[in-house]
Amino acid sequence: MFATFLHRGMAAGLLAGLLCGFFAFFLGEPVVDGAIQVEEATAADHQMEASANHGHEEIFSRSTQKVGLLFATSLFGVTVGGIFGMVYAYFRSRLLSNSEWSRSLSLTSAAFFGVFLIPFLKYPANPPGVGSPETIGSRTTEYFAMVTLSLVVVVSTWYVARELRARGMSTPVRQLVVALGSVVVIGVLYSALPAGPDPGEFPAGLLWDFRLSSLGTQVIFWAGLGVIFGFLNERYARKAST
Amino acid sequence: MERSVSPKAISLGEIPWWSWLVLVLLLVVLFLALSASGDLLAPLIGKAAYATDYLHEFTHDGRHLLAIPCH
Ligand SMILES: [Zn+2]
Repeated sequence: MFATFLHRGMAAGLLAGLLCGFFAFFLGEPVVDGAIQVEEATAADHQMEASANHGHEEIFSRSTQKVGLLFATSLFGVTVGGIFGMVYAYFRSRLLSNSEWSRSLSLTSAAFFGVFLIPFLKYPANPPGVGSPETIGSRTTEYFAMVTLSLVVVVSTWYVARELRARGMSTPVRQLVVALGSVVVIGVLYSALPAGPDPGEFPAGLLWDFRLSSLGTQVIFWAGLGVIFGFLNERYARKAST
Repeated sequence: MERSVSPKAISLGEIPWWSWLVLVLLLVVLFLALSASGDLLAPLIGKAAYATDYLHEFTHDGRHLLAIPCH
């Protein structure tokens, strides 16, 4: 059963990755191009830093990197989808939802919060030109630490809610306790972890557009994964029962 | 037809051994494809790390738009 859900997760993830890749290609790339122009103009102003910052972009042309975008989102999709499929195989029997379709949607929503949205609100996506290359090590560590901690928060929230339900706590009280508790924990995490990079003089409008297109890319990925994975499972479940 | 019946629960011990292996493998691929770069890994493994820069540059735009720290 783990193998079945692994395969379906990878297939659904690949499709969802392509889907969000096309979104990013048409809506995100113009913003990335704009950001790179700003980055180059800034580098030209500070001749000293120009050579240090510039080497980064030159192995591939911009048009090759745009093809690479689809490769990146597909690879992200296959691997994340595979992991999701195995997690689904484990949690399937523990979820309240009673069809493959709604289980798939509820688990992808939970994963969207844990893997993406909670970390994103603390460390939003940054276009080329924001953040100095010297800090990439600490920024990467902080980002993945935030992803891990958010996943812990999501899983514990779910676990606590399940325990409280089992003890017969009334629904309004339980939901308020769980919601407040998780908001407080997330707030503590946000203030405990170091701040993200300062965008400095990077144009605010362009930065907002970039973050919005990044948010859109991830929303499409997780929605696509939930829908395609749910659809695949429903189809096989129906076949098996006839 | 039996869809309202919840499937049988799997305990942690019942998870097939290979799925842990696959999990680690997928996480490594994910990291290599989306986050590894010469600048990131050079302090850990030295100059050899710069070999990952080709993949890093190819997946560059995807990384930025998926909100993963890049450069
Ligand atoms: Zn970059």
